[in-house]
Amino acid sequence: MSNTRYNDRESQPGVLARLLRWAHMDPPLLAGILAILAFATVVLFSASGESWGMMRAHAAKLVVALAAMLLAARVDPAWLRRGAPWLYAAGLGLLVLVLVTGDIAKGGQRWIDIGVRFQPSEVMKLAVPLTLARLLHERPLPPSLLLIIGCLAIVIVPTLLIAVQPDLGTAVLVILTGGTAIFLSGIGWRYIAGALAAMLAAMPALWFVMHDYQRKRVLTLLDPDSDPLGAGYHIIQSKIAIGSGGIFGKGWLNGSQGHLEFLPERSTDFIFAVIGEEWGLMGAVALLVLYLFVVARGLYIAASAPDTFSRVLAGCLSITFFFYVFVNSAMVTGLLPVVGVPLPLVSAGGTSMLTLLTGFGMLMSVHTHRKLGDAVRRH
Amino acid sequence: MAQGARIKDHGAEQRLFFARLVFAMVFILALTAVVVLRLVQLQVVQHDHYSAQSQGNRIRVQPVPPTRGLILDRNGQVIADNQASFDLVITREQVSNLDDMLERLVATGLLAADELTDTRKEILARRSYEAVAIRSHLSELEVAIFAVNRPYLEGVDIRGRLSRSYPYGQALAHALGYVGGLSADDLKAVDPVAYAGTTQIGKISVEKSFESALHGTPGREQVLVNARGRSLETLERSSAVPGTDIVLALDLETQLVAHESLDGRRGAVVAIDPHNGEVLAFASAPAFDPNLISTGLSRRAYNALQEDIDKPLFNRALRGTYPPGSTIKPIVGLAALHHHTLKPGDHIYCGGYYSLPGNSHRYRDWKAGGHGQVDLQRGIEESCDVYFYQVARELGIERMSSFMKAFGLGAATGLDMPGEQGGLVPSPAWKRGAFKSAARQVWFPGETLITGIGQGFMLVTPLQLAHATATIATRGQRYRPSMLLASRDPLTGATTPATPEVLPAIGDVSAADWDAVIAGMHGVLQGGRGTARAAGARVPFQAAGKSGTAQVFTVGQKQQYKSMEVAERMRDHALFVAFAPLEDPRIAVAVIIENGESGSGVAAPIALKVITTYLGMEPAGA
Repeated sequence: MSNTRYNDRESQPGVLARLLRWAHMDPPLLAGILAILAFATVVLFSASGESWGMMRAHAAKLVVALAAMLLAARVDPAWLRRGAPWLYAAGLGLLVLVLVTGDIAKGGQRWIDIGVRFQPSEVMKLAVPLTLARLLHERPLPPSLLLIIGCLAIVIVPTLLIAVQPDLGTAVLVILTGGTAIFLSGIGWRYIAGALAAMLAAMPALWFVMHDYQRKRVLTLLDPDSDPLGAGYHIIQSKIAIGSGGIFGKGWLNGSQGHLEFLPERSTDFIFAVIGEEWGLMGAVALLVLYLFVVARGLYIAASAPDTFSRVLAGCLSITFFFYVFVNSAMVTGLLPVVGVPLPLVSAGGTSMLTLLTGFGMLMSVHTHRKLGDAVRRH
Repeated sequence: MAQGARIKDHGAEQRLFFARLVFAMVFILALTAVVVLRLVQLQVVQHDHYSAQSQGNRIRVQPVPPTRGLILDRNGQVIADNQASFDLVITREQVSNLDDMLERLVATGLLAADELTDTRKEILARRSYEAVAIRSHLSELEVAIFAVNRPYLEGVDIRGRLSRSYPYGQALAHALGYVGGLSADDLKAVDPVAYAGTTQIGKISVEKSFESALHGTPGREQVLVNARGRSLETLERSSAVPGTDIVLALDLETQLVAHESLDGRRGAVVAIDPHNGEVLAFASAPAFDPNLISTGLSRRAYNALQEDIDKPLFNRALRGTYPPGSTIKPIVGLAALHHHTLKPGDHIYCGGYYSLPGNSHRYRDWKAGGHGQVDLQRGIEESCDVYFYQVARELGIERMSSFMKAFGLGAATGLDMPGEQGGLVPSPAWKRGAFKSAARQVWFPGETLITGIGQGFMLVTPLQLAHATATIATRGQRYRPSMLLASRDPLTGATTPATPEVLPAIGDVSAADWDAVIAGMHGVLQGGRGTARAAGARVPFQAAGKSGTAQVFTVGQKQQYKSMEVAERMRDHALFVAFAPLEDPRIAVAVIIENGESGSGVAAPIALKVITTYLGMEPAGA
């Protein structure tokens, strides 16, 4: 059977184009992602201290994540919509399980941890936007107050469960994801203003519940030199690395900050500083442009999506992706406090690669499963 | 639905969504611009400044991990120590031929043959001037082997460091817990800066609950490095501040006796000082060797522990929940006296079984022929079930369960140790919430009866039982159980005692009511008909106690419980609670032996041995 695709422009597509279409890939998005991954691999080789072992681990992770993307792209958005609540429920169940399984088990299991570990909070990064998109789907928008409250509940329950793990970084990202979906649903500016005001009001309370070391990080952001050997060390060294890179950088494998190990966590959270040092302003801005291209393509997919579910999902995934980029690059350049958020698609290690590429697979699925009928129905 | 009036307007929704996307894109571009401007500021405007700093950056800062605080018992005996241990390290650039060297290490027995490939990979992944640890915790024999072969092992060396050791091994395993390798998950809960350089962290029990005090503050050393990053010399060193020493309330001698008398049987012993909640002994058996776990077990050895049918990793004292059996009777009796549904002198006839009106079901007494005429004293002393069936029925489940809860039963006591289990004190309200089908939500009168003798749904931990017994000993004064006695500054030796936390007391129970119940418990051990009088006769002090037997499975109406025929793991659990001395109690104990069958025969001697040890007395007639 041959579905006539909406974006079927060419009459005689080449082999590559046919293969991509068969795999439900979106060529521009795929190109953007692969370009970032290629650059990341080159940077990582330098940041890891030319460690082949680390490159192998990175490659293995990439293969798995790309396979997940291919798989996700093949899944029809209708199925994603149906499966969303189940995924969400399963994610919640796993989060509770993580809390309940006793300390002795946890303490012991870490010992025999063989490297493959599964984090339920990662599931929530996808399950929350999926579930919100499904909830908003087929309901009149902008959403009623009741619907907004429902959406908030869906965001807050897993956020709290993740926050008590305790994994504040991921909890904040889940809240941002949920907030984005609700924003895209078209809630009134009054609500948005109200929410922002409430957040500002909650700031002092947040200060109260933070660990001492987290408070210290906020303070060191304001004045890194107050603790140059402690919490301020990361920020100082990172700024030296980036600043000394200049416009054109010191060249690949030539960054002294990274290679002499002044820069902590250089292959993970602070890899952006290695880029700044070795590739200079040009390299860093080039990477940001690539990110912007991917985000813009994602938003284009959202804009041309046929229904509310696809729209909200695509928009939400794209904007969230940008948040990761912003939070990490702002942290590394000393604009935000040091929170453990990796640079998406570039940082080594971490569990986010799989989640990110699965999300991009869903974006592609949204774009490549549109049928002619959708376009007609819209008019 | 109220929203029914609103019809979905696809066109309008799409326009709205599009507007939001445009707004989001503008926002994104604005944020990106902020980052780009920041990059321009750092890399163009301030480039010269940072470039100069980078040129002069030849000093690396390295963390110096702090020494972990010691753990001491109440008399100052060290029960968790730091001992020197030795790692085997290899520096690649000092070795002429790495493969030959590794072969040689295998030949001397310092390296296992099957670890050769992984070790080689690990060494090659690190910088050539780095000393890579290829073995940890060398035995004395291995250190000697190395010393003898040293001339042939150029580039290989031994590096000492401090690692945790538990001199009393299994005896304190569940009380102290252990430290283990610092994992990525652990790092999320602590300040990574403070743990830079630290390799181990408290995983369970006391090692975990007092982690932040025990850990200490790392120091830093500034190291001059050459252009290739090799350390040339240490310029400056700020020493680490060692972790605080933790003094536990545990009495080592009592703890050792508790552990030894459990003798590897599945069970637990918890002893508490009634006047402040200090935990004097905290044993769970079978246990494990914390020294082995903290040095790193092989996967196989760990699985063997995990899958052992006796569950040696399971902290029974803290997390094991059991029906309290007859140990609950003093509290049930006290509740009835307090609510005036019973007077101490009231007699109830026990003919060996009890039936509810209009029902032929026989709730049996443990003594087939019955106890005859029974009052409160005899009811507790001989543990008459029929007496307490009647008491429970007149008292009613609501009053009974709220009275039990006031003693802290069925809920976590808040001991300063993570992972405590709650347990359950059943009530009709609980049953309505716990079951789905309406038929099972009904509270049956028979369930009130068996709750009165501590069977049925009720579940408590050994810790809760000890706490409740301490509450009887103080006649209602309650203190939160606490492992911590004091913390001690390792440098000055100054100690800061912990303050006992007072819990809501069991108020307005008259002195006469307490007297009546405690007299019954005294009779259990030292009365003429007491169930545990054999054990009670052997101690040189006055004590109060209560035996209990908790059913693991239900005996049919027409069957007799014959222990010999019951598989070992289906046999009843044996329980005993006690406190002493009678007049001014200094210790309250709860003992449970899984499938031990006889509370008075198996658990009581252990409880009395623990008490005797703590009171510093010799057993009479021994």
